[in-house]
Amino acid sequence: MTTAAKKEIVLDVKNLKTYFYTQEGELKAVDGLSYYIEKGESIGVVGESACGKSVSALSILRLIPYPPGIIVGGEILFQGQDLLKTTEEEMRHIRGNSISMVFQEPTTSLNPVLTVSRQISESLELHRDLDKIEALQETIRLLKLVGIPDAERRATDYPFQFSGGMQQRIMIAMGLACSPALLIADEPTTSLDVTVQAQLLEIIDDMRRRLGTSVIIITHNLGIVARYVDRVNVMYAGRMVETAPTEELYSNPLHPYTIGLLASVPRLDIAKKKSLRIIKGLPPNLAHLPSGCSFHPRCDYAMPICREKYPPMEKVGENHYRTCFADINKLKKPQ
Amino acid sequence: MNDVRLIEVKNMYMYFPVTAGVLQRKVADVKAVDNISFYIKQGETLGLVGESGCGKTTTGRCILQLWDGMKGDVYFEGVNLPKLKKEQMRRMRRNMQLIFQDPFASLDPRMTAGEIVGEPIKVHNLASGKEYRQQVEELFRMVELEPFMADRYPHEFSGGQRQRIGIARALAVRPKFVVCDEPVSALDVSIQAQIITLLEKLRDELGLTYLFIAHDLSVVRNISDRVAVMYLGKIMEITQSDELYANPLHPYTIALMSAVPIPDPKVDRTRKRIILRGDVPSPVNPPVGCRFNPRCHMATDICRQKEPELRELTPGSEHWVACHLV
Repeated sequence: MTTAAKKEIVLDVKNLKTYFYTQEGELKAVDGLSYYIEKGESIGVVGESACGKSVSALSILRLIPYPPGIIVGGEILFQGQDLLKTTEEEMRHIRGNSISMVFQEPTTSLNPVLTVSRQISESLELHRDLDKIEALQETIRLLKLVGIPDAERRATDYPFQFSGGMQQRIMIAMGLACSPALLIADEPTTSLDVTVQAQLLEIIDDMRRRLGTSVIIITHNLGIVARYVDRVNVMYAGRMVETAPTEELYSNPLHPYTIGLLASVPRLDIAKKKSLRIIKGLPPNLAHLPSGCSFHPRCDYAMPICREKYPPMEKVGENHYRTCFADINKLKKPQ
Repeated sequence: MNDVRLIEVKNMYMYFPVTAGVLQRKVADVKAVDNISFYIKQGETLGLVGESGCGKTTTGRCILQLWDGMKGDVYFEGVNLPKLKKEQMRRMRRNMQLIFQDPFASLDPRMTAGEIVGEPIKVHNLASGKEYRQQVEELFRMVELEPFMADRYPHEFSGGQRQRIGIARALAVRPKFVVCDEPVSALDVSIQAQIITLLEKLRDELGLTYLFIAHDLSVVRNISDRVAVMYLGKIMEITQSDELYANPLHPYTIALMSAVPIPDPKVDRTRKRIILRGDVPSPVNPPVGCRFNPRCHMATDICRQKEPELRELTPGSEHWVACHLV
């Protein structure tokens, strides 16, 4: 998507804060996150475990378990409507209908005691008002679409009769059932083999191009993001630290965390390096975040000010923003 | 690295029986490993890649003699392991160790980190008293953990730290050979890089030989000297790491590599992608002829009839491939 024309904004998240209250104290899982996604656009949300990428997605669907979690502030404007102000009843119309989600682990996300057709038909009957027979036909069409061989017969099988890759296809079929305006895929291919990963991401990408669905892919795999998304948001400890169009982010990363992340990924196209450049230390405990910038204890460029203040979001290029005090010209790029 | 073969596997088979009925009669076999042969040189890292269910984990465990029912020969420093008596094998085990994939499931939650790391030393009667404590401390330092952490329990550690404990445990008996079974696939990117770097450092300092099992081809390229590609219980291609990535010959290797995205959009866009059709077939009834033929985009009649042999491209090239069309 490189068209310059102003696109319709499907989702606009403003200053989202989702906190968890646990015995350890207040965990700021998502702390002041803002981003938007246009119609037909795909964005990637990248970060390591516990950076808040899944919690931010669950917040959009209002699926944060309470207690311990609660959305304490912000706005989530979906097609102009603030999802944080809608009733639970309205929310139920939106989930699986105009916003749907594909979860990481198909094995635990599918209901083991219902047949596959039953699970897909459910949302079709509910949201699209189809009768049983129409819903079954539509289910079979969807299963064929995501590449399940012998779909007529297999529609009445149970989830355990499918392999992991096939189960994830079923999840995607379910996600696409009502032609949603927004599809959120949370680590959709993490537990799968690379060959199956490629098949599934192609299916999602094809949907986006044909139906104009906006897609959010949440992942820790920087490769997937390079291939399938238009823009990337990098998250660290509950906040977005850098955002840029995909190509710009990879060729010109300007946050030390993004730079470190790119340098620490082994690459298929580069011969054995002496050793990988590594980011020292561990991601922080959300209950005891470091003062100032949360990344400063692991950062090679940390200065006294980084310990005191959280850096503001700074514009560093066309659609390219970052939160860092370090001088752009002094950052060492990967390779 | 020298040319001495530390491990030599010859015609290894591992079939798991499928039983049915009240009498649990055997009705079929899952051919997890189906006649494979390869060697690992001293000080070398052999990468073993393939999709889930291709038999790579079974291969690692068979070398360590952890499955009854394995057929074939596994030579370790010239000794044929399957021929050893139980007690002889038990003593042999301190030479070969295993690092597991899941650092959450592979550590006993009721033992402290120090007890976990020290257990192999006790089992093999290698040290006691003050010397034992010193060795455990030394192992902690070796994997870059603080010795005072020895009194903590596994749940107090992060995933990367637990994997370090697993590595320390494997190294406690000073093995010569370590099977690393997906040691980084459960970890975050920045932690993966730390563990890979640690494994490389330990290999070079202690002169270890690794069998490095992983499904991530990029990780394998980074750590391995040679790489073997497995599919449905067979080795399809095996050669030096750089040669494999520069000049893959088997259609399966080519497809597998084209499916791996490269974290650089400019490079990635220029690559040819081959999307493999379907899933890996069942190892109970592998396809007739070449096992890869139903998914291969180049398959011809001979591929559907005759199983290709693993053969060396030119003598001495150490590039072996099992394909009729190469």
